[in-house]
Amino acid sequence: MSEFTDLLGPFKGFAVTFRNMFRKPVTTQYPEVKREKPQRFHGRHVLNRYPDGMEKCIGCELCAGVCPARCIYVRGADNPEDEPVSPGERFGFVYEINMLRCIFCAMCVEACPTEAITMTHLFEMSVTGRDDAIYTRDDLLVHEDGSVPHPQPDGPLIDIAELKLGDGWMRATAPSGRASYEGVVSWTPSARTGNLPPERGQSAVGDQPSAEPTESDNEQ
Amino acid sequence: MSGWEILIEAAVKVVLAFVFLLVIVLLLVWAERRVVAVMQNRIGPNRAGPFGILQTLADGMKLFFKESLTPRRAEFGIYIAAPVAALIPALLIFLVIPIGAPIVIGDREYTLQVTDLNVGILYVLAISSLAVYAITLAGWSSGSKYPLLGSVRASAQMISYEAALGLALVPVIMFAGTTSMAGIVAAQQGEILGFLGAWHVILFPSFVIFLIAGFAETNRAPFDLVEAEQEIVGGYHTEYSGFRFALFFLAEYINIFNIAALTVVLFLGGWGGPVFGPQILVWFLPVFWFLLKTFAIIFLFFWVRATLPRMRYDQLMAFGWKRLIPISLAWIMLSMVALGIRRFGLPWS
Repeated sequence: MSEFTDLLGPFKGFAVTFRNMFRKPVTTQYPEVKREKPQRFHGRHVLNRYPDGMEKCIGCELCAGVCPARCIYVRGADNPEDEPVSPGERFGFVYEINMLRCIFCAMCVEACPTEAITMTHLFEMSVTGRDDAIYTRDDLLVHEDGSVPHPQPDGPLIDIAELKLGDGWMRATAPSGRASYEGVVSWTPSARTGNLPPERGQSAVGDQPSAEPTESDNEQ
Repeated sequence: MSGWEILIEAAVKVVLAFVFLLVIVLLLVWAERRVVAVMQNRIGPNRAGPFGILQTLADGMKLFFKESLTPRRAEFGIYIAAPVAALIPALLIFLVIPIGAPIVIGDREYTLQVTDLNVGILYVLAISSLAVYAITLAGWSSGSKYPLLGSVRASAQMISYEAALGLALVPVIMFAGTTSMAGIVAAQQGEILGFLGAWHVILFPSFVIFLIAGFAETNRAPFDLVEAEQEIVGGYHTEYSGFRFALFFLAEYINIFNIAALTVVLFLGGWGGPVFGPQILVWFLPVFWFLLKTFAIIFLFFWVRATLPRMRYDQLMAFGWKRLIPISLAWIMLSMVALGIRRFGLPWS
């Protein structure tokens, strides 16, 4: 008897596969149809600037220290007196991320005290050699007008507009992302995304954070 | 008909059969990938040509231009002969399969079959046994452990299931009274109850046993432990690359088509089906029915592959020797009794 029911078992499987023939595929026609990405997607990194064009990075190397994959290499240098690069004393004058080693965990984003490094929604970063996979400061740093550099041109695979998206993870980990900090401090605006609107569940922030970055540095 | 005419007709048929098989394989590989993809809620290859139908052609071109590596410890002569030895039996089996009703033009009759041997079934069994040699030699001559394991499995499996395959055919031969393929199809052209074809599907146990043994003969899921990727990489063709690998692949898919076509010829009435309309339809409808039935069986192959997990080696052997062979022997006894009653009446009457 048990052998008979064992024999019937596989035929239930046939019904499953046959039923699935009439279901909609779960995969999409990739380059033409892209799935909507989560708001806090972990794509490639960018180094942000303040709206006035100053670099946010202060060369503190906390990102390099926290990186579990050890893919970030930073060297800080003193700001030139006459022409400062960043609002603080120092700035990151070498900044490299090896995208082959990066595991896109966003620990660097969490560690960054100035929200200088954040992630975008772009993940198509194929290269033809290992050297090209090391993103230098020039590849990472947002231009003064807020546009984002990328080694590959805009195309069917690479949607440059995605580089403008996604400071979500920073917002989730910033103190202002928490309800108890609501309306107290907010994320600092950046040249790339401008002032970020409040997220769902948060009331509109009454006083927008001051564009004077040194203040917010001191508060934190 | 002079000797030259026979020779030319045979040559034309052989070339046509070869082209037909190649086109069928191109379609089969694509169809399998699409069907399995749809069953797994995927899209499947749809880029090359309409619906991706040229995907196999593109893959074949790629394999053609790739380097054919030879392992250092390979027995070179046998190593390069094995893919050819795999392909030839696959091509040879198709020669005796009738794909349509004979076409009469003028006073000449052309059979849609390269040649009608009076020992057709025996020929098929003999040639399909040869395929084991190719796989065994390929595995052994590669000078590598996974191919050897795969070929040992393959030879044991194919020999075991060859027995069940042959036994499943005995009732068919008894009912048809002939071993010629054309004769077996002709024997199924009658009707039961006025509308059903007198197909040998009434020999249902034979049909099922033949199909199961056919899955094993072609090394298809759930009996594909010959090339179980998770255990032994690619099995006997692990060390083959480029066009030599393509030959194995070609042979595998031609074998699938052959087994499906044989199932149709032996059990599903071959090219039999309603024929009507003008002369051109009368010629081509039988071919259409034959292909329709064959592709239905091939769809079953894909369906099984998408559904069933691979069997364990001991389960495979136990199933072959302890289930299939005793069942087919008992079924042969039963059908002999049935035939005897049909011919001589009940013993007490």
